[in-house]
Amino acid sequence: MRPFTYERATDAAGAVTSAAATPGSKFIAGGTNLLDLMKLEIEQPAHLIDVARLPLAAIEDAQDGGLRIGAMVTNSHLAADARVRARYPVLTQAIVAGGSGQLRNKATTGGNLLQRTRCAYFYDTAKPCNKRQPGSGCGALEGLNRNSAIFGGSHACIATHPSDMAVALSALGASVETLSPHGEARAFDLDDLHRLPGETPQIETHLIAGELITAVVLPPPPSGGQVYRKVRDRASYAAGLASIAVAGDQVALGAVAHKPWRARLAEAALAAGGSPTEAIAAELAGASENGRNGFKISLVARLGPVAIAEARNNGSAA
Amino acid sequence: MSSVIDWEAASNPVKENRAGNIGKAVDRYEGPLKVTGTAPYAYEVAPPSPPAYGVLVSAPIARGRIAAIDIAAAQASPGVLLVWTHANAPAQGPRPARYDFFTPAPRPSLDSDQVHYFGQQVAVVVADTLENATAGAALVNLTFEEDASSVIFHDHYAEGVQPPGESDVEIGDFEAGFAAAPVKIDDVWRSPLQNHCQMEPCATTAWWEGDKLTVHTSIQMVRYAQNSLAETLMISNKNVHLLTRYVGGGFGGKGSFYDDLVLASLAARELRRPVKIAYSRQQMMHGTVHRPATEMRVRLGATADGKLTAMSMMTTTHCDRRGNFTEHASNFARNLYAAPNRLTGHRLVRLDLPVASAMRAPGEASGTLSLEVAMDELAEKLGMDPVELRIRNEPPTDPETGKPFSIRQLVRCMREGAQTFGWDKRQPTPGQVRDGRWLVGLGMAAAIRGNFLLPAKASFTVDADGVITVKQGMTDIGTGTYTVLAQIAAETLGVPLGDVRVEIGDSELPPAPGSGGQFGAATAGSAALDAGMNLRKAIAEIAISDPASPLFGGPSEQITFQDGVIAIANRSERLADLIRRNRPDGLTADGEVRPAADASQWSSHTYGAHYVEVGVDTVTGEVRTRRMLGVFAAGRILNWKTARSQLTGGMIWGVGSALTEGNSVDPHHGSLINQDLAGYLVPVQADIGELDAVMLDEVDDKANPMGIKGVGELGISGAGAAVANAIYNACGVRVRDYPITPDKLIAALEAQGR
Repeated sequence: MRPFTYERATDAAGAVTSAAATPGSKFIAGGTNLLDLMKLEIEQPAHLIDVARLPLAAIEDAQDGGLRIGAMVTNSHLAADARVRARYPVLTQAIVAGGSGQLRNKATTGGNLLQRTRCAYFYDTAKPCNKRQPGSGCGALEGLNRNSAIFGGSHACIATHPSDMAVALSALGASVETLSPHGEARAFDLDDLHRLPGETPQIETHLIAGELITAVVLPPPPSGGQVYRKVRDRASYAAGLASIAVAGDQVALGAVAHKPWRARLAEAALAAGGSPTEAIAAELAGASENGRNGFKISLVARLGPVAIAEARNNGSAA
Repeated sequence: MSSVIDWEAASNPVKENRAGNIGKAVDRYEGPLKVTGTAPYAYEVAPPSPPAYGVLVSAPIARGRIAAIDIAAAQASPGVLLVWTHANAPAQGPRPARYDFFTPAPRPSLDSDQVHYFGQQVAVVVADTLENATAGAALVNLTFEEDASSVIFHDHYAEGVQPPGESDVEIGDFEAGFAAAPVKIDDVWRSPLQNHCQMEPCATTAWWEGDKLTVHTSIQMVRYAQNSLAETLMISNKNVHLLTRYVGGGFGGKGSFYDDLVLASLAARELRRPVKIAYSRQQMMHGTVHRPATEMRVRLGATADGKLTAMSMMTTTHCDRRGNFTEHASNFARNLYAAPNRLTGHRLVRLDLPVASAMRAPGEASGTLSLEVAMDELAEKLGMDPVELRIRNEPPTDPETGKPFSIRQLVRCMREGAQTFGWDKRQPTPGQVRDGRWLVGLGMAAAIRGNFLLPAKASFTVDADGVITVKQGMTDIGTGTYTVLAQIAAETLGVPLGDVRVEIGDSELPPAPGSGGQFGAATAGSAALDAGMNLRKAIAEIAISDPASPLFGGPSEQITFQDGVIAIANRSERLADLIRRNRPDGLTADGEVRPAADASQWSSHTYGAHYVEVGVDTVTGEVRTRRMLGVFAAGRILNWKTARSQLTGGMIWGVGSALTEGNSVDPHHGSLINQDLAGYLVPVQADIGELDAVMLDEVDDKANPMGIKGVGELGISGAGAAVANAIYNACGVRVRDYPITPDKLIAALEAQGR
C-alpha cells in the first residue's frame, strides 16, 4: 500500500471542495472495495477523504411516494428498511445477494454503485488490463473470460460491473443525486451513471473527478411484482454468473456488462405483448461471447423468462 | 522391536480408559488462546529486538530467465535495508535433483537466474517497515527473457510418462476380462488443480543469537524443516531452533517450507536483526504447492448380477518440470473392491507450472471422484442399488495382495449410513423428486484412506505439583494434536486434564514426524503413550522404594493412577506429594514408537460411507447441498469433537471439490486465474446445509498400541463423488469434469435438449 494522507469530512460541501483541491484524492466510505485495491496497489490515491460520517445516512419518504436514500446508508440498513422490504422487495433481495453480512454492514449505497470490476485480469498487476493500465491490452479477451461481459463490451475491455444492488436500482428506474466539485447539485438517471468501456474502460462513470454521490432516489414502485434472481457458483459471498431484476415490466440484468444492464429491448418486447421468452431473446440478440462466457447467454435465456414469470406471480399474489 | 502381536495382546490405560478421557468430546487445549487472538502465530511472535520486514517479488512469466537486474531504485527507497536477487543472494546448500517428503535437503532461495513457473520468487526486499518493504519491492526492476512454455495440462495428456520407479499394476488379464464382461463402464473424469488455501499464509519470524538461529514458522514437519533449513544455510542443525506452535492450516501445503523461512533466516543473519517475511494470499497460490489436475479413465466390467470381473483406473496427472510428485489417484482402487482382473497406474506430464505436491488425501481426494461415480453408473446400468453393488464386491481379503484386513467395516458404514440417512427413500430413476425450483436427488459413495504409523519420540515430566508436561516435536495444524496428547497423558497418568501441559512445535523437543497423511495422532499419540507408561514405571519404582510413601514395599505391578492419586489397594498418596519428596525438580521419562516389524502382513485402512442430498435448479444449473451424512470406521476415536470436526471438514472439502473448487491456468501467462478467496471458491456455510459425521465404535488393535487410526483425510475421500451421484439422481445429468459448476450443468442439460 502506498502512503496517503487522510481527512474526515464533516459536510458534503467540504468533502467536494477538498477533493477539488487535492490531486489524486478519493472518497472513502465503507472501504470494502477501495482498501483491497489499495493493498494490491491497483488504486493508489494520494489522499483519502472519509465521507462515511457525512449526514447522508437517512432513508426519507419522497413526496411522489418514492424514497430518497442517503448515499451513506449502509447496504444492511437499506435492505432491512421496512419500506424497502414492503414496496421494493427486489432491492432487498438484490442487496442481500451481494457480498457477505460483514461487507454489507460496512458498504454504503454510494460506494456500492462505484465498486470496481472483479475481473481477475484487473486484479492481477502482472497482467495487461486497459482498465488498470490504459493501453496495456486486455488479458480477458483471449484468456479465462468465464466471468466477462456479453453486452456492451469492446475490444479494449469485457469486464463486468459487480454490483447486485445497482441491478435492482436500474430495474426500479432509480436516479442519482450528486454534488459536483464546484458545489453544484446534479441529478441523473442511474442508467446514465455508468459508462460502457469503449476505448476508455478506465473511465467507468459520467461523474466528474471529485463529484460525490449524495443520494439515490427511487420513484414509486412500478405496478406489478418484483423479483431478483442471481445465479452463482456458491450459495453466498460469490460474484454472480448472471442476475436479473424484474420490477413490473422493467427488467435489468447483472454480471453481464460493464454497467447494470437495463434490458430495454426486452422491456419493449414485453410492452408489445411478447412473451417473457421472446422478450429475453430480443435482448440476447445483442449479446456476444468471447469463448468461456458464452454460457451466460444460455443462462440468461433460461433464467430470464422464469424470473419474469416469478415476478408476475409475486405481483398477482400481492 | 515392536510387533502387531504385542500391541494386540497388551492392555494399557488408553484401551482401558478408566477415567473416560479417551473418546470424550474434550474442547481444544489451545482453543481459548486462538479465539481470543492470543495464540501467537509465526508472524506475530515478538522477537527480542525490533524486526525488519521482508517482501517477496514474484516472476511474471512461466518460463525463462532473468536477463537484467536493476535494484538501485529499490535500494534507495526509504527504509530499505537489503535487496537480494539471485545475483547477490548469499551462498546456500545446493538444490538436489529431486525432493521427497522425508529426506532433508537444501531448499535454496534465489539460487539461479532461471524462472520455472509464474509466481516463482525472484527477489526479496527487506526494510524497516512492511510498507517500506512493499514500496521497495515495487521498485525492483527485473528484465525477463521469456521462453516458450507448456502450461495447459489438457493439451499434453499424450505426453504422459510412467512416473520414475513405478510400473502399472496388473492382476489377472484386465483387457481380456473387460472384453468378456457383459456389462461395461468406460468413462473419463477430470479433476482440476486445487490450492490449499490455508487461512494462515506461510510466514516466518527469524533472529540470530551468535551463531544460533531461532525461527518461528508455519509448517507441518518440525524435524524435516529444521534439518533442511540447516542444510540450506550450511550450518549445523544444532544451531537451528525451529518453532511452529500454532499453524493456521496445513493440508499438505506446509509439508515442506518455502522462501519465507530461508530468506528471513538469511536476511536476519545479514542484517543482525530479526526479520519477518510472510507470503501474500496471491503468492500462496503460485509460490507454494498445489494439488495437480488429473484425467482419470475408469473401466469397469461386471456380470449381470453385479460382480466386478474387470476393473481399471488409469490416471494422468502433472507436476513441475523439476519435480517427481505424482498424484496417485489410482492407488486406492487397488484396495477397495474385489475383481479378478485389475489394472491400475499413473502417467505424469511435466509442465511449466508451479510445484505440484500433496494436498489433503492425496490420491483419494481426486481418485474417488471418478471410480466412486463409475460404480454409481454401473449400478444404474445393472438396475441395482449402489450400496448393494458395493456390498456384492466386498473383498474377503485385500483384493490385490490377499493380505487379511486389520479390520474392515466398510459394509457396516454403508448399512448404518443408509439406515440413518433414509436411503430407502431414494428414487432409482433420476428426476423424480421436486421441491419448488429444485430437483432433489440422493447419492452415496464409499470412502477409504490408508493407515500409517511412523517412528516418533516423546517425553513426559511430572513436577512437584503433580502436573504432567508432554513434550514432543510434533505439530498441531488445527487438527487437535494438543488436545489428544493431553487426553492420553491424563488417562495414562491418572491426573485431571487440567493438570496436563502440552509443549509441541519445537525442534528441541523429542522428534515426531509431524502432521500429514493422517498419521499424526496415531504416531505422536503412540509415542506419548509409551512415554506415559515409562513414567508410570518410574513413579512406581520411586513409590515402592520410598519409606515415607504409604506404597513403600509394593507390589509395584498393582499400583493404580487415578485422580492425581497413586495407590496400591487401600494404601495411597497424592502423586504430587511423592514427587515433591523425591524429585522436587520433576521426574521425566521418554517414550517412542516404531512401526511394527510385522505390520505389512495386514491391509490396514480407514473406511467410510457418504450420503448426500442435493437440490439442482435445472434452469440455472445451480447445485446446493441440502444434507449430508458420513459414517466412518477409523479405529478407536481419541476425541469425539476434534475427530468429528476433521471428518466434517473433509466432507465439506469434498463438497467444494464437487461443486466449486479449482483453479484454471491462463493459457498465455501460465498463471492461476483465482488468486484470492473471493475467486477461489471454498464452500461457505450456506453451501452445506445439514451435516453430520458418525464414527463407528471400532478398535483396530493391529494399527498401533492404542488401536486408533487417523481421520484427517478420510472425510474428503468419496465425499465429492457422493455429491456428483446425488446430482445425477436429482436431474439425470452426469458432468465428469469437476467442479460441476452451473455452466457445465447447463451445457449437459442442453445437450439433452433440456
